[in-house]
Amino acid sequence: MDYRFVKTTCPYCGCGCQMLLEVLDGNLIGTMPHKTAPMNQGKLCIKGWNAHEFVRSPNRLTTPLVRKNGSLQEASWDEALDVTVSRLREIKEKHGGESVAFLSSARCTNEENYLLQKFCRAGFGTNNVDACARL
Amino acid sequence: MTNSIPEIEDASCVLVIGSNTTEAHPLVSHRVFRAKLKGATLIVVDPRKIQLTLQADIHVPLNFGSDVAFLNGMMHVILKNSWHNPQFVSERTEGFAELQAHLEKYSPEKASQICGVPPEEIERVARLYATSECSTILYTLGITEHSHGVDNVKSLANLAMLTGHIGKRSSGVNPLRGQNNVQGHCDMGALPNVFPGYQVVTDENIRKKFETAWNAKLSDKVGYTIPEMMDRLIDGSVKGMYIFGENPALADPDTHHINRALDSAEFLVVQDIFLTETAKHAHVVLPGASWAEKDGTFSNTERKVQRVRKAVEPLPGTLPDWNILCELGARMGLSMTYTSPEEVFNEMASLSPIFSGMSYARLEADGIQWPCPSADHPGTLFLHEGKFTRGRGMFSVIDYRPPEEMPDDEYPYLLTTGRRYAHYHTRTMTGNCPTLHKEFPAPFAQISFADAEKLGLKDGDSAKVISRRGELVTPVRPGDIVPPGSLFMDFHFMEANPNVLLGTSLDPVSKTPDYKVCAVKIEKCPAET
Repeated sequence: MDYRFVKTTCPYCGCGCQMLLEVLDGNLIGTMPHKTAPMNQGKLCIKGWNAHEFVRSPNRLTTPLVRKNGSLQEASWDEALDVTVSRLREIKEKHGGESVAFLSSARCTNEENYLLQKFCRAGFGTNNVDACARL
Repeated sequence: MTNSIPEIEDASCVLVIGSNTTEAHPLVSHRVFRAKLKGATLIVVDPRKIQLTLQADIHVPLNFGSDVAFLNGMMHVILKNSWHNPQFVSERTEGFAELQAHLEKYSPEKASQICGVPPEEIERVARLYATSECSTILYTLGITEHSHGVDNVKSLANLAMLTGHIGKRSSGVNPLRGQNNVQGHCDMGALPNVFPGYQVVTDENIRKKFETAWNAKLSDKVGYTIPEMMDRLIDGSVKGMYIFGENPALADPDTHHINRALDSAEFLVVQDIFLTETAKHAHVVLPGASWAEKDGTFSNTERKVQRVRKAVEPLPGTLPDWNILCELGARMGLSMTYTSPEEVFNEMASLSPIFSGMSYARLEADGIQWPCPSADHPGTLFLHEGKFTRGRGMFSVIDYRPPEEMPDDEYPYLLTTGRRYAHYHTRTMTGNCPTLHKEFPAPFAQISFADAEKLGLKDGDSAKVISRRGELVTPVRPGDIVPPGSLFMDFHFMEANPNVLLGTSLDPVSKTPDYKVCAVKIEKCPAET
């Protein structure tokens, strides 16, 4: 039996509460508040206490999808990534980098958002990247 | 936030304006309660009788969207009574004479006519805020999500600078940010005008630095904001769109307009963990990993960078989002091969002065608040000590502007929107948590007892809510939370999503849409047979 707690940051609001994810044999089974974190000092709200529940939701996407003949169909990672880059590149070449736009994610990590804006700016030569923080 | 969350409990006066703190930021409201226990005065300015008003010394139920008039009225009184901080004003600010002259016309009586708060109440709040030793302001989207959101924020900055309640411990202007990494994705330069660390794209030296680091030619032109992107999808000047972990089809105002924009895209990519309403419009959907399945960092509302740690393997078939972006970058021929998020973080920190003193090793214990310019810098608990970023704080002359769409004869009710405690945004996450679903399974709109009686609506009855843009049907719950003439709806449920009703009027500066004020009519639905 492999039973451990992994300290992490809550995925919901901007408070940044520290939590411990309870992991049993590679499965996420619970969430506990971190007792000494200065932010939340052993407390969580109802969303935080249940944060582990959506991770293994049966509604999660588990395969890339590519639209074919009008409907989204399962595809391999290689196909989906290739289609993405070739179509975006085609638009850039035909209409210029300004004709591509990116929406960043307030839910994803700093590192991922850094990569997204780098992909946009370095790959397409445009600053058309915006954050939902505006909304 | 200019201050840190733990500092709130040592404030002597907490002014909460446009923030439903107990529902949207529960662990911040905890600090507000502690401040109260330690003797602070709590003032809650909100048209609704939100839960926090039950703890407040004063609840100021101002009219929707009238914040500027109320705040100008407060400042008028402060100056009249010399409750301001002349030393702070002379040493730290500029533009005072213009502000002072401008505020002349905002007597409490005049302000009262607009905001609906009695003059003596404006005076009382002004005195308590100005003369307390350590006052702090907490605000959220009730301030910013207006067609005059920037005016609201600048008015709060005026108030704090006028009284010197900024730039010290437990005292400042504190926007409570709504999402786990809404601070961080802005910090990372995922904005049309700045590179990581808020370095402007129009500055040639800064651009050169990034061009060298990334080995690419970069644009010096400020990019499009989200509302502009949507408009340009429709007019055809934007053809390709990449949406990363966001759900504008439900989250953005005027849903019909957004759907039209998404369907106009020649090529739309959505990267997400669920097949969201937005993803259903896509040409390619890339399944990312959840936060429990990857490493990285988030930055919370107090600018603290904290670690996110992988607890379990990504669901089979999915990839951590940073891997996906690296794969795409490599296919574009960019130098985007990284072996870990830590390597990405180090590159970012090396290019961004406000982060340059940070490393995963230093973040390990309890995180660090930016700015943190060097490896021996402890991070910054509160901003603007001794000096503002621009040097002297600039007072802004702000006039009250009414919201763009106010109730009229045809659409007599005012709709406002917000959050519920058990849910989050478009419920892609919380809707997939069985416990939270059980706690709060369905939407309802709140109206006043008086309006419910007038419309013949009882608790649980269905009402049709109609605006100039769209209509929806929702159960209603009469109560004393919202004032007569108004209606409150949350934005969590697809089946009654108020964004179909909202307009697209934007703040002229920030381009933030008005989510808080829109005119609607309400009709009782016939009982189902």
